[in-house]
Amino acid sequence: MRQYLLSIYQPDGPPPPPEVLEPIMTELGKLNEEMKAAGAWVFAVGLHPPASATVIRDRDGEPTLTDGPFTEGKEHMGGFTVINAEDLDAALDWGSRMAKVLAPLAIEVRPIQW
Amino acid sequence: MTEIERIFRAEYGRAVAVLIRYFGDIELAEEAVQEAFVAAVQRWPELGIPPSPAGWIITTARNRAIDHLRRESERPAREVTASGDTTLAEEPDDMLRLIFTCCHPALAPASRVALTLRLLGGLSTGEIARAFLVPEATMAQRISRAKAKIRDAGIPYRVPRDADLPDRLGAVLAVLYLIFNEGYAPSGGALVTRTEMTAEAIRLGRLVVVLMPDEPEARGLLALMLLIESRRAARVGADGDPVPLAAQDRGLWNRELIAEGQALVRGCLRRGRPGPYQIQAAINAVHADGVTDWRQVLALYDQLFALTPTSVVALHRAVAVSEVEGPGPALQIVEGLSSITGHHVWHVVRAELLHRLGRRAEAAAGFRRAAELAGNAAERRFLLGRADADDAED
Repeated sequence: MRQYLLSIYQPDGPPPPPEVLEPIMTELGKLNEEMKAAGAWVFAVGLHPPASATVIRDRDGEPTLTDGPFTEGKEHMGGFTVINAEDLDAALDWGSRMAKVLAPLAIEVRPIQW
Repeated sequence: MTEIERIFRAEYGRAVAVLIRYFGDIELAEEAVQEAFVAAVQRWPELGIPPSPAGWIITTARNRAIDHLRRESERPAREVTASGDTTLAEEPDDMLRLIFTCCHPALAPASRVALTLRLLGGLSTGEIARAFLVPEATMAQRISRAKAKIRDAGIPYRVPRDADLPDRLGAVLAVLYLIFNEGYAPSGGALVTRTEMTAEAIRLGRLVVVLMPDEPEARGLLALMLLIESRRAARVGADGDPVPLAAQDRGLWNRELIAEGQALVRGCLRRGRPGPYQIQAAINAVHADGVTDWRQVLALYDQLFALTPTSVVALHRAVAVSEVEGPGPALQIVEGLSSITGHHVWHVVRAELLHRLGRRAEAAAGFRRAAELAGNAAERRFLLGRADADDAED
């Protein structure tokens, strides 16, 4: 069995209004339950906005901090799910389900190295 | 081509497919099969070609692969010899699995093409690089990245489920047609055609038809390739320039390929599950009839446009419209296709229509613009010739 990271990429800025967001979160909750029932679900989180991030680099043994996310740009990872899957096809099936629920957001499927 | 070269072309992909299934490692499989062929070149001249060349290659490659695994690690290699079994059974789906792995949609289209030619066709990285006009180092990197992705991302080595099959088969057919087109009408370089690419695409197309006999689009693609290939000798003039369909010497068309292609088209029609490749094959079958029945061609383009309403299909349909209704209505259609004006074929079709309408100066300018956009040197020369002729008559 392999593991894959399904990252959700979303545009920076305020989240959609509740009447748009709530049905999406309900569908996402259902998908998570389905993943759990299938033994695929390992771990899932949502993240605070990228502006809340801090980047650390070590300079001569001292941590240097930068305010904001590591990558520039208008889209950042907004959350992720780790799943167990037999192979890439199985991971892509779950990823496609997630992309459908979260459309038009992009889902990056990336194998976890053990 | 020597007998060993012929066997290499025919059996390389099969041997690699069997070894990948067994060892689960593309690099190891390729290396072992290549070594087995080197051994064949050394030993067959004196031993004679064995009764089952493919079996000999597969068994030799398996032994080489086990040697490699033993050398690389202290742990014993995965053994079949323990049970006294020294043959590696071939499974009917081995080749099909490898085709679907090479054409997996998670790989970039250019990588699918390269892997297919490498693993199934046994073409060297240099040969593939030359066919696609990229530096050999670039192609080597493209192939090794694709192999690494198959391994690291866990791209499966199997025939897709029925539910996924239409899409996945579509990806396979698209790769074969890309290989064919790059051979038939190279996007760059000096040659009008590259026969090794068209031959390889047709060989793989036949293989897919044998492996998946119930897929009408696979048959449609094979028919399409055979019918286009049948005109190859007539497509290049004595000066090396391309010859348009209407001006071709039909005596040079390959009747055998036409007969095979038309029989496949008839078989598809009987099945009654038309698709884009089958319809394009039917259009080419009409052209092969001797005198083209343009009304029938137009009806088929209408059907094709209903299935795949793209600007490129609309452009080719416009050519049929010009034959049935005249160049005026066709030009109106072509000028409406604003999304493909960066494509040299759009300028060729438009310039041809302007030429027929007697608007020679505009036609000449159009042929010049088409020549600027064409990547192929022979085609560029031909288009500039058309432009000069229109200028002279203007």
